[in-house]
Amino acid sequence: MDEYTFLQVVWFILISILWLGYFVLEGFDFGVGMLMRAVGRDESEKRATLHTIGPIWDGNEVWLIVAGGATFAAFPQWYATLFSGFYLALFLILLGLIVRNVGLEMWGKGETETWRRRWEWAIIGGSLLPALLWGVGWANIVHGVPIGADMEYTGTLFDLLKPYALLGGLASLSIFLAHGAIFLELKTEGAIRERAKAIATRATPVAAVIGIAFLIWTVASRQGGTDWVSAVIAAVSGVALLAAAFLAGREPGRAFAATTGAILAFFTALFVDLFPHTMVSSTDPAFSMTLNQSSSSDYTLTVMTVVAVLLVPVVLAYQAWTYWVFRHRVSAEDFGEVKSPLDLLDKSKRESTGDDDKGDGSGGEPAGAGSPG
Amino acid sequence: MEASSPLHSLRRVTALELARWQFGITTLYHFIFVPVTIGLAIVVAYSQTRWYRTGEEHWLRSTRFWGKLMLISFALGVATGIVQEFQFGMNWSNYSRFVGDIFGAPLAMEGLAAFFIESTFLGLWIFGWGRLSKKVHLVCAWLVAFSTALSAYFILAANSWMQHPVGYKMVDGKAELTNIASVLFNNTALYAFAHTILAALLTAGMILIAVSAWHLKRGNETQVFGGAMKLALPLVAISAVVTMGVGHFNGILMTDQQPMKMAAADAVFETKEGAGLSVFATAPFESNPEELTRNVEIPNLLSWISTGYPRGEIEGINNINAEYQERYGPGDYAPVVWVAYWTWRVMIGCAAVMFLIAAWGWWLMRKGRLEQSRRFLALAVPAVALPFLASATGWIFTEMGRQPWVVFGLLKTDVANSPSVGAEQIWITLVGFTLVYGILAAIAGRVFLKAVKKGPVEAGKAEEPGEELALAY
Repeated sequence: MDEYTFLQVVWFILISILWLGYFVLEGFDFGVGMLMRAVGRDESEKRATLHTIGPIWDGNEVWLIVAGGATFAAFPQWYATLFSGFYLALFLILLGLIVRNVGLEMWGKGETETWRRRWEWAIIGGSLLPALLWGVGWANIVHGVPIGADMEYTGTLFDLLKPYALLGGLASLSIFLAHGAIFLELKTEGAIRERAKAIATRATPVAAVIGIAFLIWTVASRQGGTDWVSAVIAAVSGVALLAAAFLAGREPGRAFAATTGAILAFFTALFVDLFPHTMVSSTDPAFSMTLNQSSSSDYTLTVMTVVAVLLVPVVLAYQAWTYWVFRHRVSAEDFGEVKSPLDLLDKSKRESTGDDDKGDGSGGEPAGAGSPG
Repeated sequence: MEASSPLHSLRRVTALELARWQFGITTLYHFIFVPVTIGLAIVVAYSQTRWYRTGEEHWLRSTRFWGKLMLISFALGVATGIVQEFQFGMNWSNYSRFVGDIFGAPLAMEGLAAFFIESTFLGLWIFGWGRLSKKVHLVCAWLVAFSTALSAYFILAANSWMQHPVGYKMVDGKAELTNIASVLFNNTALYAFAHTILAALLTAGMILIAVSAWHLKRGNETQVFGGAMKLALPLVAISAVVTMGVGHFNGILMTDQQPMKMAAADAVFETKEGAGLSVFATAPFESNPEELTRNVEIPNLLSWISTGYPRGEIEGINNINAEYQERYGPGDYAPVVWVAYWTWRVMIGCAAVMFLIAAWGWWLMRKGRLEQSRRFLALAVPAVALPFLASATGWIFTEMGRQPWVVFGLLKTDVANSPSVGAEQIWITLVGFTLVYGILAAIAGRVFLKAVKKGPVEAGKAEEPGEELALAY
């Protein structure tokens, strides 16, 4: 039996793209979350920090949900083996994401300092844990885990915590942290920006070292010999990481492009390394699951392809538009005076008309998309 | 001694039982927020449309006030929704392998078609005040409302396939999709969707009534809350009736597709014609209710509900069981009868009480006595529990009534869980999720009540820092 068909390769690529999108987008959300206390000292600074990802983090997380759903639809055997096998690791990721999500929503809704401090730590922990564990998880998928002939995982949580995988976790954690610091440098002003810049300058070289070490280990230790395509892409990622380390603190725009490219190439190298398998068995190479063994029927893949072709461009268009709408820098000063959307209406009205007279905020036409910034 | 200690009996609980508890707890918890979000999203979009059209300031305050409550519910719904997407693979890997070819498709479509719109346009709505034009901002509100309902459609299509598998063939012991249109337009799904959306409107309506009653009793914001009552009382009265009506046709369909579930719902053990509806029975539910101490029965009603004819034949549990044993092999094919019996009754009872409350309020409102009727205003507040009780019992009935099947007629629950996941692992996740969910419920409940009590904020007046949800960060 062939290892794969055309449509299976299409779906392997599509699912890879969903994960890539997730890591690039949620990567900086995680970084911002982890750094919220480091770059934001007082309440309005923290508010401004969270505001940089406020309108977009939820949309970014949907990339993960869709990656999960698409894996279920296109490769149910992969979904079943992976999710039941990495059971406790996924549980920890889920707990992290739940606590972080609720933290992002609840932080501003209490009146006391204690309330906010607790949610800040929830956001930090809930960003750090998934950022670490996604790297651990993908390192294991690529490197191989104990899987029997029946496609069932036979190890425990501790089988996932081998040095190679832990290095993978540190790599994703440090890269996301650097990615987030550079993002903050791009999106903020004033003291927050200065602190983000200082962190980016120090964190990016560390991320580059860990990331490159992990990629070398990955290329060198591949089951069944080195995959040269993957090795070349890994090298691209290494170069991008070095470029980011060099640019961080100097040219945030280019540095952000470099970390984005590094994350894309990093995980692409892993997916290419994994292909044509979905899970690698460390028990016996014969038990590794191929795309064909993991896949749904041709009919289902065809249906899903039609759906994806119709919807993905639309999704990309309106997500890009959101980034355009919220492209402005955020500063702590924005949160000193503006307390409600009605004030924002007033503010934008004043700015667009040059009129200082404060209206009642409801009757007037708000300014269009060309708002402050 | 040790054999009877509670700890020892806990250790005997199997992985299967724990996985079932976990699914039940996480799913019912998630579904607290689903109808609230769907229903309130529609209310918010409606209020914002009124503001857009009339420019009346109280509609803006209504939009923002109900929007604030929607967002709290949405936050919890999203956070707990990720677990829903993952736990099929985590706890139910055999199920996932068996149904993936079919079940995964609507799930992936839900993400691609609905979740992306929902999350993106909600972000735009929350942060777009003053940044987007009024019209574009209003479109965002409607897109959120539309996509929450759309997501319900896809997930109900997936669930309906478990109730009534269609458009598939069996290949190597697994179900394989042959016709996606049959799955998406499964009659079970269409009824379930109508029933669920109506229930969401009912839930939102009851929240509007309860919150408005609380404030009207104190004489607060009569414009905003009087307007909400004017919207919600007819909405609840009508949608309660229509929900029950759709449920009735749902029942007829179910009698055809899953006769065992309907037989269990009325504890009919032996086949009979012109069956009466037992309203209340106390019994061990092991044989026909004649032998039980039942106190109220409405003649012929069960036959009418289930078949559409007063003299229609209701197949009994024992008869269906015998038939299934012949078709599917030895085993017990009946669900837990008392659970099916009571959840069905509680669900319908709640709907009926909601109708009565809303009809009473509607009548008071037309007489112009609503704001003076302290009895109604006091009753309306605790009545907000009813839609949640109805949703929970409705789902327990739907899912437990299908047992022992996870996919009706194709796959039994006891072979569907993950072979690689042992009881001790599920204990960890079960306790972990339950604990975290419990803490979140307490916190979210507090924040929700605080927002309710605070009421809408006057236009132009700055809120206290942090109080404003639209600038939650």
